[in-house]
Amino acid sequence: MTGKGGTGKTTVAAALALALARGGKRTLLVEVEGRQGIAQLFETAPLPYEERKIAVSHGDGEVHALAIDAERALLDYLQMFYKLGSAGRALKRLGAIDFATTIAPGLRDVLLTGKACEAVRRRDKRQRPVYDAVVMDAPPTGRITRFLGVNEEVAGLAKVGPVHNQAQAVMRVLKSPQTAVHLVTLLEEMPVQETVDGIAELRAAGLPAASVVVNMVRAGLPGEDQLLAPHRHTDELTGALARAFSQAGLGTAGGGGHAERLVAPLLEQGREHAERVALERGLRTELRAQGLPVRELGRLSEGVDLPGLYGLATALHDRWHTGEPA
Amino acid sequence: MSTPPATDVLDVDPLLDDPATRIVVCCGSGGVGKTTTAAALGVRAAERGRRTVVLTIDPARRLAQSMGLTELDNVPREVPGIDTSAGGELHAMMLDMKRTFDEVVEAHADPDRARAILENPFYQSLSAGFAGTQEYMAMEKLGQLRAGDEWDLIVVDTPPSRSALDFLDAPKRLGSFLDGKLIRMLMAPARVGGRAGMKVVNLSMAGLSMVTGALDKLLGAGLLRDVQTFVAAMDTMFGGFRARADATYQLLQAPGTAFLVVAAPERDALREAAYFVERLAADRMPLAGLVLNRMHGGAAAGLSAERALAAAETLTAENLEIDGIVDHRPGKSVVRSAPAADAEALEAHEAPQTSVPPEDPASRADSAASVAPETPEVPVASEAAPAPQAAVAAEDGSPASDSPAGSGPHPSDADTAETTATDDAVGLAAGLLRLHAERMRLLARERRTRDRFTTLHPEVALAEVPALPGDVHDLTGLRTIGERLAHQHAEETPASHRPADSR
Repeated sequence: MTGKGGTGKTTVAAALALALARGGKRTLLVEVEGRQGIAQLFETAPLPYEERKIAVSHGDGEVHALAIDAERALLDYLQMFYKLGSAGRALKRLGAIDFATTIAPGLRDVLLTGKACEAVRRRDKRQRPVYDAVVMDAPPTGRITRFLGVNEEVAGLAKVGPVHNQAQAVMRVLKSPQTAVHLVTLLEEMPVQETVDGIAELRAAGLPAASVVVNMVRAGLPGEDQLLAPHRHTDELTGALARAFSQAGLGTAGGGGHAERLVAPLLEQGREHAERVALERGLRTELRAQGLPVRELGRLSEGVDLPGLYGLATALHDRWHTGEPA
Repeated sequence: MSTPPATDVLDVDPLLDDPATRIVVCCGSGGVGKTTTAAALGVRAAERGRRTVVLTIDPARRLAQSMGLTELDNVPREVPGIDTSAGGELHAMMLDMKRTFDEVVEAHADPDRARAILENPFYQSLSAGFAGTQEYMAMEKLGQLRAGDEWDLIVVDTPPSRSALDFLDAPKRLGSFLDGKLIRMLMAPARVGGRAGMKVVNLSMAGLSMVTGALDKLLGAGLLRDVQTFVAAMDTMFGGFRARADATYQLLQAPGTAFLVVAAPERDALREAAYFVERLAADRMPLAGLVLNRMHGGAAAGLSAERALAAAETLTAENLEIDGIVDHRPGKSVVRSAPAADAEALEAHEAPQTSVPPEDPASRADSAASVAPETPEVPVASEAAPAPQAAVAAEDGSPASDSPAGSGPHPSDADTAETTATDDAVGLAAGLLRLHAERMRLLARERRTRDRFTTLHPEVALAEVPALPGDVHDLTGLRTIGERLAHQHAEETPASHRPADSR
């Protein structure tokens, strides 16, 4: 799950993990940016670097969560290939771990994608996948292609050896139908533009752009077309609205009564809203021209809290076609 | 007043006008309008008479176009259309990271060595933008612009980091890495005989060969060789890197620098803002204040959300009696979510209305959101409205959009196309009331979020920028933002200025 900053990518990722866990499934929600956004969302203590159950979804499913710590992942990774022993301690003392996790060409991203792919491929004793789905709260749209494609670059830099092989194995998973990149956006110009660019970049890199999730969508307003043509029959409309407000028990309609005084400010709000909705129409069209499924989620008027999150999960579950992602 | 009593108002005009202000750094988490704020401040400063340059990092295309930027070329370009009558001007540039890194190399190494570095595969990866490099290069470019002393004011937009704090940390990290033990160790095999004073290497030659051996096996010998060649070629520059990182850091602490933390009235953004404020204080960086973008204003603040919703209910109920509109029951609805149908729906304005019930009744109660699908639909979640959580789904925006939809508790469909003007007005009135209720709740939430921050950090001056209905993509829009930012007193958005009104 990727998306421009501020679009609610972490929230949508968490909602998807809940949604995909429905019906007795087990999902893993992975955080890679060290912000502890998942813990905050689920109102729990900061996540350690280990997988733990964080929520139960509707229908008896389980969501596990993992905040990947790049330094710890590196040590795991080195262990995978090599008993490092004192060489490992020497690396640490010399700052090699800092080097690898912050500076080295993409090693940090290699570790993060590698750990997620390991979770995807992990099997239990009976050779069944441990997780039915792994949902990654991935870096933002502007960095996603580079992030997911980093193993290709590493495979090019490290031309032989275990790192090369590992990088190639990760790339195989990421480019396979097992992976789906979903882009979260808002119906605002910049996020939409970034989404359109992101889809093009993913496609150019051979990475599976799978769908667009439009978050925080505004509701349409009955009769909003009347608002967009505001200068016709204004007096008529004002009078009718004042009468309606009065009818609803909001004071008197005429003679500067309360109901009448409500008309102008509420109409103005309505017009602003209609203007925004009209703008959104164009953006929606642009998104739909990308040839990907577009799913929309409503705005949570109370902000994101746990009930809101479960509500989003329900909404996503209802929209998500079965069998994706594998 | 726009802020709770304890908090000062951030007055940007005196800050921008003060000749002592030489650098304004806009920082904050992603998606809060940081770049727009930086651009708006640049336009305002220039039109108030200062020779200003805006340094942006990866701006949205349309925003870049609004400042006349069409390419990454690392050279400040004059922004056309700026009112220069006050004697100022505006230039803008987008940071080209690789180009900046290349320039550093070219400036500090002789031509042969520079070529060796620039052609090194490890360098090419490093310079093209892995973690930390972007932040470092932004600082590097800022240092260059400031050193040139060509500008009255430099406005910097910080990179979209994982965390806002990376911006402060990355330069030091890169500096200390390039200057560090590891680099020296890696360098050693490429040298003849090592060098006096390299205690680490001398003390642990055994450890060294073990480590390089391990790295070789892990990375493949070729990569390590590339790194070593790179490091050897960069040798002469290392002291320079550290010194430059330190110098830039000091520049940020100097009196001519002002940090503006940018946020939106959302929990995460303000949490990041709080971290940033604390970090700036710890590092003795001069914080000018917090810019809170996209605060919603609200008219008719005397009408509470609850009252507006109740009134809307009344109207809707009456409207139903008049028209005999049948409520859509979940049982009648169609679930359609296959991808093929998604694609079809793109054109299908006439598609049957779908309405998706939550899975089980238990989930209904806490179902706070609903999905607006690909056709106009009535969100069932809001049928349980007016629960405080009732989220609203979107109107499709297709030509059928004049049919009522969205937040109504008894939504109807095309039936109402037939209704009379009066009924239209009643429907519209109910819609406006619901919209108002939603707006009032949003206002209350934004204020709560803001007040949580100001309670924790009453020392931080605050400027609120009311939300614009549309996006900003031209100079006019940037000017408007600048005005809203500057006119904290004059702005008349009553609700956002008088918290007490919401009750």
